[in-house]
Amino acid sequence: MTTMPLLQIDNLSVTMMPPGAAPVPILSDVSLTLDKGATLGIVGESGSGKSMLSLAIMGLLPPTARAAGTIALNGRQLLTLPESAWCRIRGRRIGMIFQEPMTALNPAMRIGDQIAEGIIWHRGVARAVARRAAIDLLDQVRIPDAKRRAASYPHEMSGGQRQRVGIAIALALQPDLMIADEPTTALDVTVQAEILDILDELVRERGMALIIISHDLGVIARAAHRTIVMYAGTGMEAGPTVALLRDPRHPYTTGLLAAMPRRRPGVGSGPGSRLATIPGTVPGFADMPAGCRFAGRCARQTGACREATPAWRLFGSDGGRGVRCLHAQLDAAEPDRPEPDRVMPL
Amino acid sequence: MPRSAALSEPAAGRAADRAGHRAPASRVWLRHPPLALGALITVALAAIALLSLVWTPVSPARMQIAFRLQAPLARGLLGTDQFGRDVLSMLMAGAWNSLSIAASAVAIGTAIGTLAGVAGAARRGLIEAALMRGCDVLFAVPPILSAMMLDAFLGPGRRGAIVAIAVFMVPVFARVTGSAARQIWARDYILAARGAGKGATLITIEHVLPNIANPIIVQVAIQLGLAILTEAGLSFLGLGMPPPTPTWGRMLADAQTYLGVAPWLAIVPGCAIVVTVLGFNLLGDGLRDLLDPRAGGRRGLSLPALEPPQTPDRGAP
Amino acid sequence: MTAAPLLEIRGMTHDYAGRAGFGRGPALRALDNVSLSIDAGTIFGLVGESGCGKSTLARLVMALDRPSAGTVRFDGEDLFALSAAALKRKRRAFQMVFQDPFGSLDPRQTVERIVAEPLHVLETRPSRDEQRERVAAMLDSVGLHRDAATLYPHQFSGGQRQRIAIARALITEPRLVVADEAVSALDLSVQAQVLNLLLDLRETRGVTFLFISHNLGAVDCIADRIGVMYRGRLVESGPAHAVFEHPHHPYTRLLLEAEPDIARIGPPPHRSQPQTRSLSPPAVGVPSPACAFAPRCPLVTDRCRIERPELRTLVPGRDVACHHAETMRAAFSRPTQPDAEFVP
Repeated sequence: MTTMPLLQIDNLSVTMMPPGAAPVPILSDVSLTLDKGATLGIVGESGSGKSMLSLAIMGLLPPTARAAGTIALNGRQLLTLPESAWCRIRGRRIGMIFQEPMTALNPAMRIGDQIAEGIIWHRGVARAVARRAAIDLLDQVRIPDAKRRAASYPHEMSGGQRQRVGIAIALALQPDLMIADEPTTALDVTVQAEILDILDELVRERGMALIIISHDLGVIARAAHRTIVMYAGTGMEAGPTVALLRDPRHPYTTGLLAAMPRRRPGVGSGPGSRLATIPGTVPGFADMPAGCRFAGRCARQTGACREATPAWRLFGSDGGRGVRCLHAQLDAAEPDRPEPDRVMPL
Repeated sequence: MPRSAALSEPAAGRAADRAGHRAPASRVWLRHPPLALGALITVALAAIALLSLVWTPVSPARMQIAFRLQAPLARGLLGTDQFGRDVLSMLMAGAWNSLSIAASAVAIGTAIGTLAGVAGAARRGLIEAALMRGCDVLFAVPPILSAMMLDAFLGPGRRGAIVAIAVFMVPVFARVTGSAARQIWARDYILAARGAGKGATLITIEHVLPNIANPIIVQVAIQLGLAILTEAGLSFLGLGMPPPTPTWGRMLADAQTYLGVAPWLAIVPGCAIVVTVLGFNLLGDGLRDLLDPRAGGRRGLSLPALEPPQTPDRGAP
Repeated sequence: MTAAPLLEIRGMTHDYAGRAGFGRGPALRALDNVSLSIDAGTIFGLVGESGCGKSTLARLVMALDRPSAGTVRFDGEDLFALSAAALKRKRRAFQMVFQDPFGSLDPRQTVERIVAEPLHVLETRPSRDEQRERVAAMLDSVGLHRDAATLYPHQFSGGQRQRIAIARALITEPRLVVADEAVSALDLSVQAQVLNLLLDLRETRGVTFLFISHNLGAVDCIADRIGVMYRGRLVESGPAHAVFEHPHHPYTRLLLEAEPDIARIGPPPHRSQPQTRSLSPPAVGVPSPACAFAPRCPLVTDRCRIERPELRTLVPGRDVACHHAETMRAAFSRPTQPDAEFVP
């Protein structure tokens, strides 16, 4: 049985070719698949290339970027498409939600009209029909009193409401795939929870696929079925979110989980208790170390790590997990492994 | 610490803050041809103007009626005017007059305007509002009108022209520095300086002025071009320097009568003005690109807004 | 001698004038009668969402603004009663670390000038050699190489810049450091390094911290006591773990439930129809007799709409501003960490 995944990326590499300077690799050898109705989390720190990955999927790479590998949406190769074909795919097949919705909204236009505009543009329906559809959409993203609010301008709304409008605009064209780049980073936690609820519901009820990009492991845990951990422009580990967080195999994933400041019921913060840290900092794209990109910060590195980039190895019962580490154990996950203790009492 | 190529650019918004650490000078000229051209024109003009103080081919005031209205190359490089004066010599002397008046006016305008701008930004509220409304009033007075009034007041001459143009420059600089300084005042490092017990004057000197130097420098270059134009306009109307001092504006005005028989009399000073203004504008635009990568986008590859404000490490100590 | 708190804030109220450009703007009440005290050598965590007034409080504690009403007593002295000169001298004892490691360092100054800036408050300015030595020692103690002194801020990563900012805050050997979202802009792996640095400094130098953050996890990791702010008021305070494990204010509980946590994978199971309570943007800062949280509160009763609850001591060490604090205490005495998973 082979059902085609909605999105399949194989060995994607993106290299910047600045005029008159050496090429700079941003993404190397990224592979992932995403099925209809599923949510994929892309998590990484700054400099991990996660935003470049989303731009590549949207076909919005800067002109100086060169991409290699394949990106297939419903089996159709995207990287080789001309710009005119891209325009049809963006919006209609792929929707995008931004971190700060204010930058994506036209400040001088009522929000109802902004949503309707896209519907008219792409579906060619009458204005009145589009207006009604816009109000429906506002209702779906749980803007109360949608009919009246459709006449508001963006500045009259709170950050959370603007983000809902951003979602409604992306939804208007009924895309197969929605990409949300740090959709809740600018929002308060209580509002964040509401936005994540809305995204959940859309995935569940519309069968839409969602890619959620975040630096926050908590958001990823909350929202994503599958997760890929990116570091320095490449995937380090991927798998079902539960398995990945409960039983991480890559030292970087383990380190990130340990370094996350968390509430720890029952643990005192008395003198001496410290968070686990990952020493050093993320390498810049222009001076990437040879071999494994995490080697310089890794406690488990050996000479072999410096020699060649570790291959992406699949494991797990159905090959559902992948890891890029020479030292990672690839045996089956222990079923009921207790949550690792994140506090390192000294 | 060697900065590794262009990719170490952080988010573009920060880039403006990081002037002062640039590529080697030789590469700057190659990467910014307009800047190089603008600088070349400016330096050449300044050299010609200075040279005219000690040497011109003929004394610009010497009239030789016998050789009046000679075409270029017939007598002297650029011919003679209706009194038989050497056009090249007048042009050189005029360069000094135009440039010195423009430079003095812009210097005065920059000094007073910048002072008003940073003072307004440092002392918000009533003082700022008063300064800015004052600027609005100055803006509303056309420079020609104020020059005519000042001419009547100060008598015709260099001083009147300088003051008239400077009056027109002050609000420009007050606005530019005022808005730039207000942005700097909103930064956290200003709060840190206040937390260190520093007063408004000290903060302005230590933090605000160094950080708004770039827009001021750019504005100076652009306003120099404008000042040249204004000066030419004033002397065209017979305001500013009195005859027989040669100025480009008066050369143009005098040439009108002979446009049919001696078109070079108008073309030569006209070209001089165009080239000078063009030079200053190129210089200004080039400096803006050089000092503010956001506008130019020519400094190699940048990765604006791809990642949150944090930057990948660039190797620190 | 009783151990007086190092910092004591009493009845702090702060109004921002309405937008002058549009005339008749009502004053915006950013802080409303906030009182709290911090003991020497402890870390006090202040949490709340954007616009709750926590940054305003930081600026007032730093005496960068004058409050509309209320006092800040630092080491027994009322900061706003001091003369300008005396306040300047006093500033050596309290310094601040800001959120944005890019905006808080002057890009035109070398690290040495930046770090040395607070030395300005000293009566006798150190000599150049002395200053260089002090800066180098300070950089050492925040984990940077002393050669960093000659470089400019853009040559450092975010985490390193925050270390520079911490070095600047510590150079006058202050007793109190206000850290306003000091780790929020940092990457996860770097965040932990900086949090550990703060803990180290508390231990080695006895520095007291007012640690302001919206990140409950970070606060819980380093704070001894916490205060929770909502719309300009302190709604709950107490020992950090006690408050987080058994919140007595419904808002604290809402925050805790909303905070994403890697232990809670998948959507929360108990909410099939997510709430839409917070949707209407609150009319910020307009003084009203009601409890500010009433429109979002699951426990709201008529009393909440007519009488604003004042902060009261429920049990020694636990202060809550809620009419229903006793109900909360009884009903939600279990820890707030439902371990819910979903099957993908």
